[in-house]
Amino acid sequence: MTESNGSQRSVGDSPPRVDGTGKVTGAALYVDDLPVPGAWHGRTVRSTVPHGILRAIRLDADFDWSQVVVVTAEDIPGRNLITLIVDDQPALVPLGGTIRHVEEAVAVVVAPTRAAALEASRHVTLEVDALPSIHDLDAALAAAVRLHGDDNVQKRLEIHRDDADIDAVLAACDHVVEGVYTTGAQEQMYIETQGMVARWEDGRCHVVGSLQCPYYVHTALKPLLALGDDEVIVGQAVTGGGFGGKEEYPSMLAAHAALASLKTGRPVKLIYDRGEDIAVTTKRHPARVRHRLGLRADGTLVAADVDVLIDGGAYVTLSPVVLSRAILHATGPYRIPHVRVVGRSMATNTPPHGAFRGFGAPQTTFAYERQMAKAAVRVGMDPIAFRRHNLLRDGDTTATGQVLSGSVGSDAVVDALEQALEAEPPTPATRFGTLSAPVRRGRGLAVCFHGAGFTGSGEARLMGRATVAALPTGGFEVRSSSTDIGQGALTIFTQIAAQALGVDPVHVHIAQASTDRVPDSGPTVASRTCMVVGRVVEQAATALRERLETWGRSASSAAPAASTASTASAPPTAPTPAPGTAAGAGAHDVLALARRHLDQVGEVAETRTYEPPAGVAWDDDTYTGSAYPVFGWAACLVDLAVDEDSLEVTVERCLHAIDVGRAIHPRIVKGQIEGGTLQALGWALWESVPYADGRVANPSMTDCIIPTSSDAPELETILVEVPYAYGPHGAKGVGEIPMDGPAAAVASALEQALGVACDELPLLPEVLQRLVAQGGAASIGASS
Amino acid sequence: MKLRLTLNGTARQLDVHPMRRLLDVLRADLALTGSKEGCGEGECGACTVLIDGEPVNSCLVPVAQAADHEVVTVEHLADEALMSDVQAALVEFGGTQCGICTPGIAVCATVALEREPDASRERLRELLAGNLCRCTGYQLIIDALADAQAARAAAARGHGAERGTGHPGATAS
Ligand code: FES
Ligand code: FES
Repeated sequence: MTESNGSQRSVGDSPPRVDGTGKVTGAALYVDDLPVPGAWHGRTVRSTVPHGILRAIRLDADFDWSQVVVVTAEDIPGRNLITLIVDDQPALVPLGGTIRHVEEAVAVVVAPTRAAALEASRHVTLEVDALPSIHDLDAALAAAVRLHGDDNVQKRLEIHRDDADIDAVLAACDHVVEGVYTTGAQEQMYIETQGMVARWEDGRCHVVGSLQCPYYVHTALKPLLALGDDEVIVGQAVTGGGFGGKEEYPSMLAAHAALASLKTGRPVKLIYDRGEDIAVTTKRHPARVRHRLGLRADGTLVAADVDVLIDGGAYVTLSPVVLSRAILHATGPYRIPHVRVVGRSMATNTPPHGAFRGFGAPQTTFAYERQMAKAAVRVGMDPIAFRRHNLLRDGDTTATGQVLSGSVGSDAVVDALEQALEAEPPTPATRFGTLSAPVRRGRGLAVCFHGAGFTGSGEARLMGRATVAALPTGGFEVRSSSTDIGQGALTIFTQIAAQALGVDPVHVHIAQASTDRVPDSGPTVASRTCMVVGRVVEQAATALRERLETWGRSASSAAPAASTASTASAPPTAPTPAPGTAAGAGAHDVLALARRHLDQVGEVAETRTYEPPAGVAWDDDTYTGSAYPVFGWAACLVDLAVDEDSLEVTVERCLHAIDVGRAIHPRIVKGQIEGGTLQALGWALWESVPYADGRVANPSMTDCIIPTSSDAPELETILVEVPYAYGPHGAKGVGEIPMDGPAAAVASALEQALGVACDELPLLPEVLQRLVAQGGAASIGASS
Repeated sequence: MKLRLTLNGTARQLDVHPMRRLLDVLRADLALTGSKEGCGEGECGACTVLIDGEPVNSCLVPVAQAADHEVVTVEHLADEALMSDVQAALVEFGGTQCGICTPGIAVCATVALEREPDASRERLRELLAGNLCRCTGYQLIIDALADAQAARAAAARGHGAERGTGHPGATAS
């Protein structure tokens, strides 16, 4: 190890992930790997119709039920609801209750083996009085079937920059660019399916699972099971990807597993197979965004009028906050003096849509960046120059009246992109010599921003907490409910805490995220883990070091023997302080001080609570104020080739410059950006989730494809650092922003290549075929 | 049915139903949970193991097919060491994030690098196309494998293992 003193190195380095060895050797235990002696296995019985009244649950009289337990709504000791924003979703539909989507859970069958549970589930039939159902935005708007209020609107939100009559302002503009942009559902497709284990012990319910937010599950289970805070314990197993898909849905699995365990008196494992996971869990909201943009002849933006519709599905779940983020990003990183945005989340009889990286922003970013591409063409400006002309900069005001102040990387990311374009591409695209047919090429650009942390007053309400403690076994422990779902939280918290404590990272351990051991740091979502919780970890670690140093100074002046104890108890691995290090400030001293404190006084820990920076004020009623504490900024460029016959698209180059504030661990940050970028390219080009009568039509990995290593281009990632004063070491959120821009860049590149407007996603070959046919470009795609 | 196989270098006799999936026998009966199930239908490669040195999707293989053959799982890639050079490079270069795909990728990449030591990045991408990763965008996985390749080539030329950063995690210990 190169570090002789942890305080000298850590933040800004890219050491191997702390959980890397376990993952690469197969030793890491994911939920289905946990040994659970005596566990039975659950399988969920679901509706077969998208809308109806449940009349009866019938068990096949010819089947042997002696080794099977069937759990229904009658077995729920508390409230039959999955607590979230609006408590409208039952854990299990009761007899006489309404089924609102085709995958709605009605019962859980539990048996000694997974195969036996699956077999038993096939011998349960439901009697349902079917009702007419609706499955898309138009049907929801027509409201011939009413699922929510009179108009099926689950949530309506509006932004008004000023009192101007937006129609009149647009009518007075030199140009008005208008478009309608539709985007499809997207499956998170974490490679580990959802899973949960529940067991009861001493009247307390313990669940461990694949999840992002232990306290969400905790909050949901307490009223369902009629238990108190300490009677429900929720922990995270090593989790094989989330991307938002394991934000709210795990509460459903936890409910079913806990009820099954309660009724059987055994531990119960509930592990979804891939088909079930794709069919029933949340996806990115399908959306339709109508966007009108008014500008002057010189390319100056004047007005934007945006109407955002998202398909929330059968229950409200997280749709109001997804909608909020969608509308708050609807006019992009541009100065636009007159803005009206109206957003509605609509109820349909489809399984609820939910959190997925970007959380509403990718849908509206697709719309506004397509609009910007068209507007630049309309006024005859270079696409980069057009964006530069209108970009928000430090001191400018956003659509909600937020005055940007500090860490505004808008120009910096565009500069970085332009510099990279001037340089030679790193590797010539040799792979594309193999394309058989003639190709057409296009280039597309996207510039965007993404609010980091919770929307509006969210962070102030959450009051995320974290603790840093000195361990009796030596070293320090960080306790937070922020989970590592692959994004590197364990490693980054280790680096931040080590640097603040002034110790080598080997002396820092991160506690398992279990509600009986860690405080509520808020959920692991919204690009907030490093920026918000990392900051709290830094403050707690700093407070602990200062407390130990203060105690050390008073103890050593009071008790000379203490210094002997200090030397004697120093762990053999403690690094030697650098020569000349001031007394009380070196790594050696903090470790030794902690040991002495444990010996002489007892355990010591510091907890800190997040405090939003002063001046971050938000008004939920008027939707004005500081929507986010800070924004990330990004510029993305895509070069692609389209096969003229098959209309297959090959991404030849993808450059992504992102302002991350400060990269605590550059390689992890790069990995986040690249993973998000490929998910965005997948959403744009290859990933499709069609529905038939409210049911996912392709519930298998074979049919619901995601990009392979051969589909993926070489990803060129540029980290831009415009530090954020209130993030740890200047860091701000990075998890979601790479998802926002690439789809628009792809669509604009395809538009350039094919000469037809590409305003919908995904742009599958068959979609391009239709667009080309409609656009009259007959020479393209003729032979396929 | 009783069958014999060599598992991770040790001769074993198993008493199992011949049609059970090799993946289930490894995970449930033998507690070798390093091989993962991502799809159960041969799409994701998370369950990749070696049979006589050939990478296979163990979710598609009835255990009877492994009888009298040699099976190697991710747990045995490094023989007695903690990690092989390929595994160490995946950790060092950020080729693992959530890690659920990583065992399969480590197994597949081990064979790829042995068979085609000079594979281009493009060829590496083809060789790994049966192993899905949703986290990384594949870039850092390919970086890791290219580095392991280069280190092996340098070692073969007698220059010793010249790993990028010289971090101790980079060599098996
Ligand atoms: S689990 Fe075998 S290929 Fe996916
Ligand atoms: S690291 Fe998560 S799927 Fe590959």
